[in-house]
Amino acid sequence: MHIRTLAVAVAAAGLFSAHAQAQTEIQWWHSMTGALGDKLNEIASGFNASQKDYKVMPVYRGSYPESMTAAIAAFRAGSAPHILQVFEVGTATMMAAKGAVKPVYQMMKEAGEPFDPKNYLPAVSGYYSDSKGNLLSLPFNSSTPVFYVNKDAYRKAGLDADQPPKTWKEFAAAAGKLKASGRGCVYSTGWPAWVHVENFSAWHNLPIGTRENGIAGVDTEFKVNSPAHVKHVEMLADFAKKGWFTYSGRRNEAEARFFSGECAMLTSSSGAQANIRRNAKFDFSVNFLPYHDEIKSAPQNSIIGGATLWVMSGKKPAEYKGVTRFFTYLSSTGVQADWAKATGYVPITNAAFEAIRKEGYYEKVPGADIAVRQLNYKSPTPNSKGLRFGNYVQGREVIEEEMEAVFAGRKDAKAAMDDAVRRGNEILRRFEAANKS
Amino acid sequence: MEKRVVFRSAWLPYALLAPQIAVTLVFFFWPAAQAAWFAFQLQDAFGLRTEFVGLSNFATLFGDANYLNSFKVTALFSTLVAVSGIAVALLLAVMADRVVRGALAYKTLLIWPYAVAPAVAGVLWAFLFAPSVGIVTYALRQAGYDWNWVLRGEQAMLLVVIASAWKQVSYNFLFFLAGLQSIPRSLIEAAAIDGAGPARRFWTIVFPLLSPTTFFLLVVNVVYAFFDTFGVIDATTQGGPAGSTQILVYKVYYDGVKAADLGGSSAQSVVLMLIVIALTVVQFRFVERKVQY
Repeated sequence: MHIRTLAVAVAAAGLFSAHAQAQTEIQWWHSMTGALGDKLNEIASGFNASQKDYKVMPVYRGSYPESMTAAIAAFRAGSAPHILQVFEVGTATMMAAKGAVKPVYQMMKEAGEPFDPKNYLPAVSGYYSDSKGNLLSLPFNSSTPVFYVNKDAYRKAGLDADQPPKTWKEFAAAAGKLKASGRGCVYSTGWPAWVHVENFSAWHNLPIGTRENGIAGVDTEFKVNSPAHVKHVEMLADFAKKGWFTYSGRRNEAEARFFSGECAMLTSSSGAQANIRRNAKFDFSVNFLPYHDEIKSAPQNSIIGGATLWVMSGKKPAEYKGVTRFFTYLSSTGVQADWAKATGYVPITNAAFEAIRKEGYYEKVPGADIAVRQLNYKSPTPNSKGLRFGNYVQGREVIEEEMEAVFAGRKDAKAAMDDAVRRGNEILRRFEAANKS
Repeated sequence: MEKRVVFRSAWLPYALLAPQIAVTLVFFFWPAAQAAWFAFQLQDAFGLRTEFVGLSNFATLFGDANYLNSFKVTALFSTLVAVSGIAVALLLAVMADRVVRGALAYKTLLIWPYAVAPAVAGVLWAFLFAPSVGIVTYALRQAGYDWNWVLRGEQAMLLVVIASAWKQVSYNFLFFLAGLQSIPRSLIEAAAIDGAGPARRFWTIVFPLLSPTTFFLLVVNVVYAFFDTFGVIDATTQGGPAGSTQILVYKVYYDGVKAADLGGSSAQSVVLMLIVIALTVVQFRFVERKVQY
């Protein structure tokens, strides 16, 4: 009896493992933690359950720079994963590594999978396409900076909480009143370079760099020392001096200061919404980023941050077939709508956005649509479709360092932005030299 | 008469040494040689294109005002860490040496922080001093002091120095305590009988007799400040604000690992290697002469 059960079990296990061997495994390295990581695993198991031929194995490999470094090391050792999640500033590095990556449009074509890049939000796909409009990596998690307002603080300061500032002039007037009402921290920002240089430029339709912000070629130069940029940084420094702007750091440290109720206003990623909704014990609103109304080209549209999925080169055709099938599953409307609602990232396809809108989600959760509407505000121009600078991990840090020097009162805005451009261009030239074909 | 034991076999001593030599070659010399070789190359992140560029990586480095500033930051940082770590440890050791009751508990507690990993120490202090939620920040604000190290370079420096030195105090303390206990009581008693006060006894007898220990700790602490504090900095300021806590070794890590600029990072590590060699020579040639064994 027992022996027979055992024999059946062994036979079943043998069958099972034989079955498992027939499956093609696909390695997916990512950097999503907490609730985001759970959701990502759910997508992978959803795909694995939907068919029998392929098995996607998600592996967490540390933060974005860490997992990218790990993948580079793995590639050098000949054991790169199939799919790698890379943050937006790593785009130029991945793109230039022509022998190391397989462009998504090419893989889709080879596998004969129907694929139309026009299904994706233009502000998202533009960021990850070459200058001919070919999608190089698959957009996955995208966000954009938005402007959060603590409505209770507005009421306490005698301001109209339903009329949040649209322009920086209105912002200054509100900030003055908030300060006068006894606020310790009036305004803070997450991701200073992303919000106040990159998105400031796109939102006002100003170039961040030459050659379509680097998308058209590696011989690009930074343009962030234009009078408009300098004036904006000067304004922030002036706010800091008046006690209207508190600097919190280069990452998302400011978000906690907003949802704890300390700071009354915040500009940071739309992806912060989930956390803010969970933690804020006050009434708040999500709004478009303020703009300068004396700049006639504003507002234009904002640009994204977040990450995409790159496919690494040198794998077997059967494995690419599996990646292709998985990408189609990932972009399907149901999966996308679910991902966007659960995480606060923007839905990356037009169909998913429509589906979420139709089910009335945006009426239920006011403000959840601000990010998409801001990204789609106008059709993207060469200044606002994205950016692609080599070694931008270093480049962005240079901009942040120079901004910190201004906010600390150690440099004036003009000198700092000039230095940012000079130092940034040196990094771009090194990248150009290392990647000339 | 001196007694010498020699191997009769010609190859046995080498065979016995081989494992150690192999480890040293594989884990120390090979990477070091590779870094030196990479320093003269320009490559893309994936190593698909490699080009020999001569001294261009070094020219870029020394043309960069921020890199030069990093030297100043490193000098200031390591001086502060070594001096404050040694001074505090010496003070505590002298005190501990005089304690009679509960000395063991007191000494054990002082040694504890040494068991804490640098990154953990960094996080610990970063939490206490965090500009938004830190308890020390809160107290300082109540006292009317504006504490915000994410923007103020000197406060950021103070924070990383405290976090780094705090860990090292325990280590230094151990050595000082051992050093103090090996000083003959009779010397101190004789001085006391001659009418020397505690301060005079310390500076004319104890401190000179401790000089070998102090010198050893100076070397160890400077090396610690140069290389091992990177975990503290990564967990707290990450070199900011505006590069004011960007020490050389952190920049090597950042450029090489996070920014995937292997050539630039390797050039920096070669520079760092030369500095450490120079520093060691200076310490042994000049400072050691003042040491009385």
